[in-house]
Amino acid sequence: MIIKPTRLALSIGLATATSLALPVIARAEDDPALAVQAALDNIWILIAGILVFFMQAGFALVEAGLTRAKNVVNIFAKNLSDAMIGVLAFLAVGYAFAFGSGGGWFIGSGGYFLSGSDPFTWGSSGVGNLTSSSFFFFQVVFAATAVTIASGAMAERTKFTSYLVFSAVMTAFIYPVVVHWTWGGGLISKINIGDAVYTDFAGSGIVHLTGGAAALMGAIFLGPRRGKYGPDGKPRAIPGHSIPLAMVGIFILWLGWFGFNPGSELAADSFVMWVAVNTIVAAAAGGSVAMATVWIRNKGKVDLAMVGNGVLAGLVGITGGCGTMNVLGAAITGAVAGFIVVFSVIFFDRVRVDDPVGAVSVHGICGIWGLLAIGLFARYDDAFLGRDEAGLFYGGGFDQLAVQALMALLIVAWVVVTSSILFFVMKKTIGLRVSEQEEIDGLDVHEHGVPGYVNDDMVLR
Amino acid sequence: MKLITAIVKPFKLDDVKEALQAAGVQGITVTEVRGFGRQGGHSETYRGAEYKIDFVPKVRLELVVEDGNADSLIAAIKSAAATGKIGDGKIWVTDVQRLVRIRTGEEGPDAV
Repeated sequence: MIIKPTRLALSIGLATATSLALPVIARAEDDPALAVQAALDNIWILIAGILVFFMQAGFALVEAGLTRAKNVVNIFAKNLSDAMIGVLAFLAVGYAFAFGSGGGWFIGSGGYFLSGSDPFTWGSSGVGNLTSSSFFFFQVVFAATAVTIASGAMAERTKFTSYLVFSAVMTAFIYPVVVHWTWGGGLISKINIGDAVYTDFAGSGIVHLTGGAAALMGAIFLGPRRGKYGPDGKPRAIPGHSIPLAMVGIFILWLGWFGFNPGSELAADSFVMWVAVNTIVAAAAGGSVAMATVWIRNKGKVDLAMVGNGVLAGLVGITGGCGTMNVLGAAITGAVAGFIVVFSVIFFDRVRVDDPVGAVSVHGICGIWGLLAIGLFARYDDAFLGRDEAGLFYGGGFDQLAVQALMALLIVAWVVVTSSILFFVMKKTIGLRVSEQEEIDGLDVHEHGVPGYVNDDMVLR
Repeated sequence: MKLITAIVKPFKLDDVKEALQAAGVQGITVTEVRGFGRQGGHSETYRGAEYKIDFVPKVRLELVVEDGNADSLIAAIKSAAATGKIGDGKIWVTDVQRLVRIRTGEEGPDAV
């Protein structure tokens, strides 16, 4: 996503040649055409960032709809807090750890609280024409996305204070380190296998796998919800309280993804719309295959919550490859994600990882798939790869696949180790889980003092 | 006076209400209830895990009537609520010892 020498250099170079006819580096302020392009780039990133921010509402609705009414206030409280705490933590230190120019392969440093940045000048972020404000805005909404993924897997039983600590550590440290390793120029970005270097256009691995791996550890350390497993150890279904809420959430996330992926082009150029096409196709394929799979598996009944997971699985799957695949590759990537997610949800259910919304499967497992799919279907240079036809199916050999697999491994290792330490320490100190009584009554009244749905007739008259 | 209680299929509520109004009934109390009889429950799948719906949604009607009207009203409910399929519900009748209309203080059959 960050620093794309090929495309940006090309577009700026062409503009320079046609409009100035002088082989000097033109400054946007001096040239009307460049100024228009710079304004378009920045405005587009602002709009894309707004769309990504709106995904917070999508996550909140999906999680609320797929859990019980007695915990709906708590779900919204966690999602709202992710946005608030995520922004502040990322502003304070997360952004510096991810992109600060000081520091080495492990972590960045410098620019805490945006200090020393030039917020008003086109190109001041060092990324194309983006001002440092544009770039920060787009990055901070991504950070908020990475953390909010976990709240669904930890739903209906996590202490609110413990969740807030997790949210802060995630956006201040765990996620920024992954970003530094990749888009920030650290560890993973330095890996070479043959001609292959990593690519993850909008973050199948960097954002979604990071969130999904933390979600997995959260669900493991918490243990299953009370009543999730019968005395015989078999998983029991705990149906969510509102499929309409969940489905509106799915649509909002799908919409928001048109900022997440096309915005990651970080410029208003002719590639943006192609990324959008790959995104919408993969989502449709993921949902369709998930629908067909549950339709057959459930003997003629379409489990809509699972179809919704399929749409999100397709979106997560294409997030990494949306800048390099053609539309066929995008469709296959989405379709496979839609198939994987169904069996992944069932698998985690069976091994007693209670994930009420399927966050581990959608973001973690399909995030890994998204990284690997690039190794299979990479066709065009997305400005990370530095070459065309890097994918196995286009004659690129196994090198790209190997880099992508190594990247997935490193992200999983980092997030699993750090989030495990965090959850372990919290479990031993402030406690991770609410009391049994609170879980039975619902978290809404105990943690927040009000039920989500007040019966007006009984209470207010 | 008799209290007629009937458990019927929810979608039959309108038919039963109209049949009772046609028979001259002045008031009905309706409650949404859940339960099982010989129909039993059924199994569904949610996100890959099976769950049983043991208690099926039904509607309970209650009406207090004069002794002489009970048989005809029971017949009206019976014909309006019947589908012939399992789960049509039940009707039972109990004696009512005392009945009071709160607004006027009327008692007994006058309060029906």
